Amino acid sequence: MGAGVALFAAVFLACAVEAVEATTIVLAAGTARDWRSALTGVAAGLLVLAVVVAVLGPALTLIPLRGLRLAVGGLLLVFGLQWLRKAILRASGHKALHDEAAIYQKQLAGAQTAAREHRGAVADWYAFTLSFKGVVLEGLEVAFIALTFGSNQHDIPLAAIAAVSAVVVIAAAGAAIRAPLARVPENTLKFVVGILLTSFGAFWGAEGAGAHWPGSDAALLVLVPCVAVFAVGLVAALRTRSAAADRAPAGTTA
Amino acid sequence: MTRIRAFAAFWYDFVIGDDWRVAAGVVIALAVTGAVSTTTTATWWIVPAAVAILLPWSLWRAVRPPRR
Repeated sequence: MGAGVALFAAVFLACAVEAVEATTIVLAAGTARDWRSALTGVAAGLLVLAVVVAVLGPALTLIPLRGLRLAVGGLLLVFGLQWLRKAILRASGHKALHDEAAIYQKQLAGAQTAAREHRGAVADWYAFTLSFKGVVLEGLEVAFIALTFGSNQHDIPLAAIAAVSAVVVIAAAGAAIRAPLARVPENTLKFVVGILLTSFGAFWGAEGAGAHWPGSDAALLVLVPCVAVFAVGLVAALRTRSAAADRAPAGTTA
Repeated sequence: MTRIRAFAAFWYDFVIGDDWRVAAGVVIALAVTGAVSTTTTATWWIVPAAVAILLPWSLWRAVRPPRR
């Protein structure tokens, strides 16, 4: 029960973040160019993702669990550390915050200046490719997270439900307000997802390499809060370091 | 050739990201865990210890002032 809730929450949050980014791109393509072409791009992107999931999903279930946990745990850990690194840099003021409204305006400006080109059944090729790329690139991360979490926990259907729910909720919100979802606390979500990916990746990776966790799956209940506290501590340390550097007279910093 | 390069660059960015040392450190930590797991020594702590070293190290490299 607990593992199922953790699986659902981790996949839902990670997929929601990616869905917000894809929605911003599709909204820009549809608003500035042509909704029909943009939505055709979405459909084509979803088709590509469905093929990827249909091929990779069954293939993952054929790999022995230990090998799967080692490979997938390692990948998730690298992936999670990447997310967490960026999230800590953003939270401590060393990297610009992810601003969905600004990204939308940039995409909109780019879309408004591009030339219109008719190709085959697509009235506006630029709107089609912009939407298609957005859906495929962000969707690949969704598919990767859902498949890896699902296969490791032997519950791909639950992971798929979590991923689809996140995409449906975000897409419905985007369609309802026809504006970038700037109110979604994306930076906080990314921080949380980075913690979850890092924790699950460390757990599965170590287990796949042959380690035995004290308390078995219950070790995750300690690991996740420990990674969270560590990450928050790093944010505080980096903020303190920046404040000290700002206060120091020029030429006195190491 | 440009497309192959772009494809490789996409996957490198997707999996490895901004700091390849983190990915290399994870691979080393998992290899050490695998090697030590053949003995009776507890190995569960090796990967978390690697995270505790790799993450601050990577952050420190990201925020340090550029060398002149």
